[in-house]
Amino acid sequence: MIETLGMYFQFPFVRYALIVGVLIALCSSLLGVTLVLRRFSFIGDGLSHVAFGALAVAGILNLTDDMLFVLPVTVLAAVLLLRTGQNTKIKGDAAIAMISVSALAIGYLLMNLFSTSTNLSGDVCSTLFGSTSILTLTQGEVWLCAVLSIAVVALFILFYNKLFAVTFDEDFARASGTRVEAYNLLIAVVIAVIIVLAMNLVGSLLISALIIFPAMSAMRIFRSFRAVTLCSGVLSVVCALLGILISIVSGTPVGSTIVAVNMAAFLLCCGAARIQGGKA
Amino acid sequence: MAQLTCSGLSLGYERRVICAGLSFSVNEGDYLCIVGENGSGKTTLMKTILGLQKPLAGSIAFGDGLKAGEIGYLPQQTAAQKDFPATVWEVALSGCQARMGRRPFYSRQEKEETRRNLARMGMEGLAGRCYRDLSGGQQQRVLLARALCATRKLLLLDEPVSGLDPAVTAEMYALITRLNREEKVTIIMISHDPGAVQYASHVLHIGRELFFGTAQAYREKWENGDFDFMRGGSAL
Ligand SMILES: Nc1ncnc2c1ncn2[C@@H]1O[C@H](COP(=O)(O)OP(=O)(O)OP(=O)(O)O)[C@@H](O)[C@H]1O
Ligand SMILES: [Mg+2]
Repeated sequence: MIETLGMYFQFPFVRYALIVGVLIALCSSLLGVTLVLRRFSFIGDGLSHVAFGALAVAGILNLTDDMLFVLPVTVLAAVLLLRTGQNTKIKGDAAIAMISVSALAIGYLLMNLFSTSTNLSGDVCSTLFGSTSILTLTQGEVWLCAVLSIAVVALFILFYNKLFAVTFDEDFARASGTRVEAYNLLIAVVIAVIIVLAMNLVGSLLISALIIFPAMSAMRIFRSFRAVTLCSGVLSVVCALLGILISIVSGTPVGSTIVAVNMAAFLLCCGAARIQGGKA
Repeated sequence: MAQLTCSGLSLGYERRVICAGLSFSVNEGDYLCIVGENGSGKTTLMKTILGLQKPLAGSIAFGDGLKAGEIGYLPQQTAAQKDFPATVWEVALSGCQARMGRRPFYSRQEKEETRRNLARMGMEGLAGRCYRDLSGGQQQRVLLARALCATRKLLLLDEPVSGLDPAVTAEMYALITRLNREEKVTIIMISHDPGAVQYASHVLHIGRELFFGTAQAYREKWENGDFDFMRGGSAL
C-alpha cells in the first residue's frame, strides 16, 4: 500500500490535491469553532448553496472566470446572514435555511432552463457532492488557494483574542469599546472565501462537515478555547490528509471520504470523553 | 463635571416607550443603586448607557475623562454561553480587550492585572478551570473580575446577586462596597434586593414612579410611605 501511495505521489496533481485539501480543512476548522459557538453551524450550508446558485448563474452568463462572480455574491450573502443574527425579526437559523433552499432551487432551475451541457445531472451532482476537480487543479489554482489560506490563518492568529471576546460575549465586547461590527464583517468575508474554496474539495452539500465536525470533536475533549481551537485545527488537517489518501487508494469520492473520516474522529473523541469522564 | 449625566432620557424598543423623562447624574466615587419592578426598564437603561441601544430621546454624556469604552459591565444573564469551552483565565483576560485598541496580543501588564483582579475575587486558584463548570456564584465573580479588567473607573452591575445564596450575596455586596470605598470605583448597580439600598450613596427608582436622590432621602421617603404605589393599591 505504501508503494501504491508512493506511486501516486509521483503525480503533481495528487500533491496539489493534498496541499489544497489540508489548507482548506485547516481554515474551515479554525473558523468552525467560532461559528458553532455562535449557533451558526449551518452558515456553511447556506453559503455553499448560495455559491451553488451563483455558479449556475455564472455558467449561464458564460463568464470566463466563475470565481469573479461567485465570490462577491457569497460574501454579500455571508454579510447579510451574520447580520440577521443580531437584532432582526427573522432569526439566524431560519434566515439561513430560507436563503439556502432558495439559492439551491433557483440554481437548479436556471441550470435546467439554460444549460448547454449534455450531462446536467452529472454536473449538478459534482457541484453538490464535490467533484474530481480537486484532482485536476492547475498550479495557479493551488497558489491562489495557498495564498488565501495563509491569509486566513494569519488573520485568525492576529484577531484570535478579539474573536474570543466577540464570540464569548458580544454585548460586553461592544460595551467595552470593541468594534464588534467590524469583526463580524471580517468573519463573514473570511467564511465566504473559505466556502468558495472548499466547494472544490467536498462540494456544497458537505461543507458543513468541515466546519462543524472538527470543532465538535475538539469540544468533547478540551475545555479551554485555545485548546479547542488548536485541537480542531490539527484534527481537521489529519482527517483531510487521511481522507484524501484513502480516497486515492481506494477510489472513493474525495468529499464523502473526508467527511466519513471526520465522523469517525468525532466518534473516537466521544469515546475518549466518556473514558475521561469515567475517570474523573 | 459629573462622570455620567443623563438628561430627559426616554427608553424603549422600536418607538415603544418604556420609561420617559429620566434625568440623573453620577459623580466619581458614587454608588448608585437602581431599583424598580420587573420589566420597568432597568436593564434597558443600562444597555442604553452602554451604547448597546439608542435612547428614544434625551442624551447621555460622559465626563471626568471617562470615555464611552471605559466601562466595566456585569450582564444580568449570559444565557447563550452554556456550552462554551473557556477557562476562567480566558474569560477574565478578555476584559482587557477594550484598551488594547488594534494591538493583537495581551501585554504582560494586562496579564498581571487580570491575575490581580482574579485574586481580588478570590478566584486565582481556579484560573485554569472551565468557566461553564463553575457554580453560579463563582461565574458571577469571574464576570466581575472581567468587568474590573475593563475599567478602573465605572462599573455597571446588572443584578450581581441574583441566584446567589445569602452568604455569597453578603460577600458579593462586601466586595462591591470595598471596590467603591477603597478603590474609588464608581458603581451603578441594579438590584431587586431591598437590602442592597443600604450600601448605596444614591438611589434611582424607575417604574410607575421616578425617584432620584441620595439613599438617605430614599429611605426617609420609603419609611414615610411617601411613594404613590405604596398608598393602598391606587397603582394596581
Ligand atoms: N429586546 C427587546 N425588544 C422589545 N422589548 C423588550 C426587549 N427587551 C426588553 N423589552 C421590554 O422592555 C421592558 C423592560 O425590560 P427590562 O429588561 O429593561 O426590564 P428590567 O427592569 O431589567 O426587569 P428585570 O427586573 O426583570 O430584570 C419589558 O417590558 C420588556 O418586555
Ligand atoms: Mg433586568
